[in-house]
Amino acid sequence: MSGFLTLLKRDLLLALREGGALGTALGFYLIVVTLMPLGLGPDLNLLTRIAPGILWVALLLAALLSLPRLFEADHDDGSLDVLALGHMPLELVAASKALAHWISTGIPLALMAPILGILLNLEARAYPLVIATMLAGTPAISFLGAIGAALTLKTRRGGLLLALLVLPFYVPTLIFGITSISAALLSPAGFQASFLILTAISLVSLVLGPVAAAAALRQHMQ
Amino acid sequence: MQLEIRDLVVARGARRIIDQLSFDVAAGEVWLLTGRNGAGKTTLIRTLAGYLSPVSGSITLKGWDPERDPREACHYVGHLNADKASLTVLENLRFWQAYLGGTTADDAAARDRVWAALERLEIEPLADIPAGYLSAGQKRRLGLARLLVAERPVWLLDEPTVSLDVQSTALLARVIETHAAAGGLVVAATHLALGLASARELRLGPTPHAAAEERTSGGPA
Repeated sequence: MSGFLTLLKRDLLLALREGGALGTALGFYLIVVTLMPLGLGPDLNLLTRIAPGILWVALLLAALLSLPRLFEADHDDGSLDVLALGHMPLELVAASKALAHWISTGIPLALMAPILGILLNLEARAYPLVIATMLAGTPAISFLGAIGAALTLKTRRGGLLLALLVLPFYVPTLIFGITSISAALLSPAGFQASFLILTAISLVSLVLGPVAAAAALRQHMQ
Repeated sequence: MQLEIRDLVVARGARRIIDQLSFDVAAGEVWLLTGRNGAGKTTLIRTLAGYLSPVSGSITLKGWDPERDPREACHYVGHLNADKASLTVLENLRFWQAYLGGTTADDAAARDRVWAALERLEIEPLADIPAGYLSAGQKRRLGLARLLVAERPVWLLDEPTVSLDVQSTALLARVIETHAAAGGLVVAATHLALGLASARELRLGPTPHAAAEERTSGGPA
């Protein structure tokens, strides 16, 4: 377990020092959301209705931007080979890196969403819901994304391929993220069912992602 | 401790790179892998480190706790140095020490060990400089310093002398000698003679003699 924490700490330190990935993701998120009201016109009711959806879709795209670097940096400088010789299986290496991605990208994006909600005239009572569903849903983005990042590791300019591979797997997260918000806005009781499924998807991806990503990484080391 | 390689066959696609290779590396021995480019030196080192799975044959590390993964006995230094440009030399080494050593112990002994490794490879004055600013040879020495901070018996080195100057190569030779003298096992692929008196050589690939014979028999009469 100590190796897991050591690696997590290093990855977070690197994310903090290098900072570029998070900056790009946050900037992209801001731009995409800003473009929406400009494109749709100043119909406040319309914006209020579609605000949660836009925030969620833009978050998926923004998170996708930083995914290709998940294993690439360690692969390019040879660290991945050495990481494979540690005291823990490659699955935990992949899990640690995905967790670092969630902490350094998923959480900041989720926390930025309510600020961007102002641009979309998001309902006041929807703010806590947006944060809650995004915090519960973004682990799936990092952990399922790790599979795609591992698979496209050696492909030159694999970013687009990664998007094609990974975005379909984000559909359930997106659907249940949005339904839990809209259900809660209609009746407080409706929130629980969708939110639990959303959390379940994240928990499944926590297990599935590292195992599949490690298998892909082993293939790359051959 | 002894590393036993028996009838090892490693293939890349349909091509057999290593065919029926057997040798033993005993404690305290240094084996140098030589051979032409493409003879299979890197393939063999990567197979020993467990990255490549052999088609057949076996690699066993005798004297190693069977409960533990034999990879935990190995240090691997490949063509790349596994350093992070934005971390300082010291931070890079501390990370590998904690990760490969499997401890989070941040005590004086662990710290001394890192400083000793920096001194040994003469990169001590660079300790607080981000690794991205180092020259190729200095980066190489940082990569090699990893061998000294976490104690592991088996060293698998793939072209460790690349971008090292003459003095640093001599330094590396001394480091390898000390490790072997302490009962360590070293397998190094190298073009340069390291100047190790006791090193044994394993020549991979077709010998020049055999290749010449092949040419004369296969060519037009």
